[in-house]
Amino acid sequence: MEKRQYEVVFIVDPTADEEVPKLTESFSQIVTDQGGTVTKAETMGKRQLAYEILHHKDGTFVLLEIEGSGREIAELERRMRVNDRVLRYITVRVDEDRRRAEKLKERRARKAAKRPERGSSAPSRRGPAMEFADAAGE
Amino acid sequence: MSANYEDRQRGGGYDSDDDGDRRPMGGRGGGRRMHRRRVCRFCIDKVDLIDFKDVRLLQNYLPERGKILPRRISGNCATHQRMLAEAIKRARNIALLPYTTD
Repeated sequence: MEKRQYEVVFIVDPTADEEVPKLTESFSQIVTDQGGTVTKAETMGKRQLAYEILHHKDGTFVLLEIEGSGREIAELERRMRVNDRVLRYITVRVDEDRRRAEKLKERRARKAAKRPERGSSAPSRRGPAMEFADAAGE
Repeated sequence: MSANYEDRQRGGGYDSDDDGDRRPMGGRGGGRRMHRRRVCRFCIDKVDLIDFKDVRLLQNYLPERGKILPRRISGNCATHQRMLAEAIKRARNIALLPYTTD
């Protein structure tokens, strides 16, 4: 099955700041144990929260980028839920959106390549023929 | 021509008084609101993906109350408004953005 990509952001209790590397490490370990890979682990730093969570006004944000089947996410989320150092977490599946973005980009590039051909006096030999092929195909 | 046709269609169902009421209303609304050309900033910048971690960007679309700026004000296209709303909601969930402010 195709690999899925996830972004996991979690907020760590600011009073347990020195535990952040350890926590990140242990979460990464969980993911690799379940057969996933951590492609990026980044501490986004201490930030003020937009609203209080469990009476905390700020927290340390950590970002993990994970690739895997989805099973490791379940385990990771379970662990984060149990851990009271973690104030909040969010998991976002990104591969589908990224693929879609890629497609849009491609389409735009193709359009941009096509447009000047029509106006220019010396069209490339491929251009018009390709257009015909497209029309015939549809 | 086509405008006339539309008027007749609409007028058919309701009383003729409606027509008289509608005109000054439309005039007032149009005069007060700034008539600006609708442009989707994201389309111009060719944005394909809106990241929920990009607080700086998302904040532009949250007025004081913390509500998502409607598309009729910002002029965003439907696709990008959807992406934006999704990103704002995610950011709210992890306390990067407020649900409400008072």
